[in-house]
Amino acid sequence: MPTTPPIAYCDVSKSFADLAAVDGVSLDVAAGEFLAVIGASGSGKSTLLRLANRLIEADRGSVTVEGHDVRALDPVVLRRRIGYVFQSGALFPHMSVEGNIGVTPKLLGWPAAEIATRVDELLELVRLDASHRDRLPDELSGGQRQRVGVARALAAKPRIVLMDEPFGALDALTRDALRDDFRALHNKLGLTTVMITHDMAEALLLADRIAVMHTGRLKALGTPAELSKSDDAYVAELLRTPRHEVERLNALLPPDGAA
Amino acid sequence: MSLLTDARWGEALTHLSDYLGSHVRVSVTALALGLIVSLPLAIAARRRPLFRSVLLGLASIVQTVPGLALLALFYPLLLLLSQLTLQAFGFEFSAFGFLPAVLALALYSMLPVLRNTITALNGIDPVLLEAAQSVGMTPLQSLFTVELPLALPVIMAGIRTSAVWVIGTATLSTPIGQTSLGNYIFAGLQTQNWVFVLFGCVAAAVLALAVDQLLALIENGLRNRKRLRAFLGGFGIAALILATLAPTLSRSPSSYIVGAKTFAEQYVLSALIAGRLRAAGFSASSREGLGSSVIFNALAADDIDVYVDYSGTLWLNQLHRTDAPPREQLLGELKNMLAKQNITLFGELGFENAYALVMPKQRAEALGIHSIADLASHAATMSIAGDYEFFSRPEWAALKSAYGLSFRSQRTMQPDFMYAAVASGEVDVIAGYTSDGLIAKYDLTVLDDPRHAIPPYDAIVLLAPKRAHDEALQAALKPLLSRIDIADMREANLRASGNGAAASPDAVARWLWERIERR
Repeated sequence: MPTTPPIAYCDVSKSFADLAAVDGVSLDVAAGEFLAVIGASGSGKSTLLRLANRLIEADRGSVTVEGHDVRALDPVVLRRRIGYVFQSGALFPHMSVEGNIGVTPKLLGWPAAEIATRVDELLELVRLDASHRDRLPDELSGGQRQRVGVARALAAKPRIVLMDEPFGALDALTRDALRDDFRALHNKLGLTTVMITHDMAEALLLADRIAVMHTGRLKALGTPAELSKSDDAYVAELLRTPRHEVERLNALLPPDGAA
Repeated sequence: MSLLTDARWGEALTHLSDYLGSHVRVSVTALALGLIVSLPLAIAARRRPLFRSVLLGLASIVQTVPGLALLALFYPLLLLLSQLTLQAFGFEFSAFGFLPAVLALALYSMLPVLRNTITALNGIDPVLLEAAQSVGMTPLQSLFTVELPLALPVIMAGIRTSAVWVIGTATLSTPIGQTSLGNYIFAGLQTQNWVFVLFGCVAAAVLALAVDQLLALIENGLRNRKRLRAFLGGFGIAALILATLAPTLSRSPSSYIVGAKTFAEQYVLSALIAGRLRAAGFSASSREGLGSSVIFNALAADDIDVYVDYSGTLWLNQLHRTDAPPREQLLGELKNMLAKQNITLFGELGFENAYALVMPKQRAEALGIHSIADLASHAATMSIAGDYEFFSRPEWAALKSAYGLSFRSQRTMQPDFMYAAVASGEVDVIAGYTSDGLIAKYDLTVLDDPRHAIPPYDAIVLLAPKRAHDEALQAALKPLLSRIDIADMREANLRASGNGAAASPDAVARWLWERIERR
């Protein structure tokens, strides 16, 4: 028996001033799946993400979240049910870490004590020391800010998380640690995650499936293994870079103990 | 006497609670009204480019209108509105003083608040707006919990600019009948009382700085989330308002309000009338520095009880007559016309303050000039100076046509400097005022007007409609009628525009009363 997909796009199109950002895309995101949407800037991947929580409305086709057409849902209620992580964290600069993390529970009218407990839980979950609670975003490092961003997205216990190039602005070491931590969280909490990225290596390393967007159209969709068999020229080109890098790195850094 | 030990500082201080209190009241009300209107407008305009341009354009236009003109414009506007509401709904309101001042100042306060609020709101990182949406905020929640808090420092900077502007500009509300720190400045400028001018300017500056700093404290507290600072700032503002309200509220309102226009003679005469009323056991206060048409309308509307005007002024400005009948006929007609507006022409004081052509006595004698008719043949080689309005007044047109006057050149001058200019020979003739004390001081002579081109300007006491049958008031003022002669008035005016403690209008009024009593 097929279960209802957490997010389903059905022949969705969206144009901005005659320019098709998303053009006839159909795509089901499965429960518990980590889906990466990859594409160059202007490929429509950001639009696709924002259609899911109605930051953008589709011109044509339908977007359903947990079986409900988003047009039939109050966008405010919908957004409170979906976690959203921005590239640079996009924390509210005038609110403390605690205020930022607790913002959605507060909007949902949770009691203050419950919010405080939840903030403690989340700080632990994203591996931030409790001493950061009262700090302002300005006082945090980029990695810490993004951990708070993730905690904010998870605060109201959403089953779906949307991520907009969440690790793009971080240095390599921090990026690596955060990727691993988030993938672990995804598994532990049983989330359904859609992540936008322009970095094929990141998509391959993190995602269960990868959707390739090109000029508003869905070019390819599949697991890394399935994509590697694709005969599409654009997909092959996208895969060439990480492959090439791996070859060169292997040549430069022989594995430990090798003669 | 040195500037620091000048007794007029003490006199200035006695007015402080009244002037400062009124100043704070009108400024704070205007600022509050300006904010209540500007903030929602700015919020509504932030995403509507056309509305925003129109709004900022209008606010900028208001800003280009000089403060004094803006305040003066609101008076006739409200007067008209009051008449309309009276016809339509059967009630009228006072267009005098507080209301027009508050409205004009509120309008004046809008630009910095509008501009800063719109700029601040539009300058917020769009990612944060998207984040606010994404965490599930409604547009209103986004506005109040994200946008306004982030825009607050810039909005507060706008409010501080407005506050300083309003407090400064409020000094100009004196001529439309709103008591303010401007009373010191207007009275001081007219009577050459530099102590008053300085006192008024310093008091307004100190008030503006204090309010600015308190607002800065609130801003700092809000920005850094230091509740104590914000609270202290708010407390300071509240304390300032209460402190300036308290003495005014505890004081019983005066039974009589005496009006005065913007020149020294008027200050002396209103002090004289107020003094007579107090001597008769009433409380009386002065509303000084009022504009010429403001004061007449204020009397007609019962906002002031009594003031001194001049028959020729009313003849021209209120009745719009350009003929110049003999004085008895003019006074009679004027009395009837005023009675139609329920205004009582109580009587003449005994002197005239008319425009007159004035030149140095010696030079006039040397040239054999006694009247304007004699002047006509010399005019082509002479220059004439008058005040800012003289050359556009009907008197000047009447003089020119009656005597065929044509001067080599004409200049406008500040009245205070005109007399010295003619005495030093910088100009040959001036259009002076017959009761001016400087005529005697500089040994000048007033040329006769044998063809009566200039209407008579008898100083007359006018009573408000509600005082038409006030016998106590009339009994108290009766001794002044026909008792002030031109020589005494000139002397009083000279004293009032001199420098020193004895030159305050009250002191000069006491001197004048002694002269009157001695007759």
